[in-house]
Amino acid sequence: MSNTMPTTWKRPPVVLKNPFWRRVFYLGVLVYLVLALQTVDVNWTRVYEGLERGWRFIEGFLLPDFTTRWTDIRAGLIESLTMTVTSTVAGVLVSVPIGIGAARNLAPAPVYLFCRSIITLSRSFQEVIIAILLVAMFGFGPFAGFLTLAFASIGFLSKLLAEDIEACDHNQIEAIRATGASWWQVVNYAVQPQVMPRLVGLSLYRMDINFRESAVIGIVGAGGIGATLNTAIDRYEYDSAGAILIIIIAIVLVVEYSSSHIRRWVQ
Amino acid sequence: MTQAQTQTGPTWQFRSGKQQLLRWAGWFWLVALTVFCWELMNRDTIWAFVADAPDQAADIGDRMFPPAWGYVNELWGPLWDTLNIATLGTIIGVVIAIPVAFLAASNTTPSRRFVRPVALLIIVTSRSINSLIWALLLVAIIGPGLLSGIVAIGLRSIGFVAKLLYEAIEEIDVRQVEAVRATGASGAQIIDYAVVPQILPAFWGISVFRWDINIRESTILGLVGAGGLGLQLQASLSTLAWNQVTMIFVVILITVVASEWVSARVRQAVL
Repeated sequence: MSNTMPTTWKRPPVVLKNPFWRRVFYLGVLVYLVLALQTVDVNWTRVYEGLERGWRFIEGFLLPDFTTRWTDIRAGLIESLTMTVTSTVAGVLVSVPIGIGAARNLAPAPVYLFCRSIITLSRSFQEVIIAILLVAMFGFGPFAGFLTLAFASIGFLSKLLAEDIEACDHNQIEAIRATGASWWQVVNYAVQPQVMPRLVGLSLYRMDINFRESAVIGIVGAGGIGATLNTAIDRYEYDSAGAILIIIIAIVLVVEYSSSHIRRWVQ
Repeated sequence: MTQAQTQTGPTWQFRSGKQQLLRWAGWFWLVALTVFCWELMNRDTIWAFVADAPDQAADIGDRMFPPAWGYVNELWGPLWDTLNIATLGTIIGVVIAIPVAFLAASNTTPSRRFVRPVALLIIVTSRSINSLIWALLLVAIIGPGLLSGIVAIGLRSIGFVAKLLYEAIEEIDVRQVEAVRATGASGAQIIDYAVVPQILPAFWGISVFRWDINIRESTILGLVGAGGLGLQLQASLSTLAWNQVTMIFVVILITVVASEWVSARVRQAVL
């Protein structure tokens, strides 16, 4: 009897139950890693020289210099923060109608397709690529950054808003419609109260993202703290760069913390 | 909900007078803040350039089409580099993120007071700084090339993966942990047999999700010199070869859509 009982136990595999395909998979991973690592040719002397600079950067991060470039940092911060606020507000204003248009339960098919294609267009390219194009069109500065962030916000907010509207409680819509309400009244009295808390939450979340992105698009000339950071690194002023990074991290923390508080309060 | 007395009798109102006043004040502040920010932001905006934008757009659009289809032959190498940056970067990020996540999760951390804050600080630092900024720094420190891109992607991925992973660890079923502990398992064995099997599907899902995001991000890292498609983009932009830029955009778009499809399929299979 005791001979038939198994005495060892092996964990069952999570994916790829067939051992043959599992081996093929592992082999494929190995081959890929060898091929991929060969393309990375590292100039070790350059890296070695860079270590000293890396150390200086860490020093700069630990002993940041806020004062020397403070006027530049201040200007960059003001640009970033104002860009964040205006682009979020503009993004929300534009994405509400598009979000309603992209909800299948509210919009007719042609409007739905049109709004969905706007969303796809806005979501498929990164902020930096949009910023490159808009800077070429509108010139350097925060205005191009504002347009970039607003455009990127539209894709994000409309998509999530449309999904939220589609997930609405249908009974409430039916109830309002049964009173003889027009389409506008249905949107106002049945849909809006249901999605409003989430819309506020999403807008705050997007504001958080917009601030982070505003630090990036400055690198391609769209204004904001990113431009200041780029200049600081180009000048090898790592203590100023460290100060800017610390400010970015601090603001992201504050925005994230306060937005999660407001979201909890709204919902 | 309140009733207001009017000449024709009581009417229903959604909010009381005070609530309504508060809401109006809130909206007023929002509008005022927006207008203020708008004015501050556009102090130095040259409106002539903005008015000029449709002409510029038409001009650029004219140069962008037709795309330089033949240029695609020069893009296979950079595309391969981009894929490698994203994949190797994800691997580095995930490998570092796993211990950080276990140190940050309140039910597996060795010390809530000393270790957990450090792990959370690592996560926040990595998450707040975009991979393009990491790349900017790394190119200055270790020189231009693929390595900077890989490390940048890795550093940025740590925070994302670790955050989602430690949230998954905190949400595990405690009964399984207790059951394994009841057999006399050591701390490492508890993690191996009770925690890991519960978070493994989430782990693969998060990693593939991050890989997908990293493909997107690694397409532009070359703009600051960290290799891949962005390098070609930078070269084409600085020579104003807009039809090559279009071709690069097409390649980026196809890559991004393909990686999104792959990641959606893998997540479906795992979760």
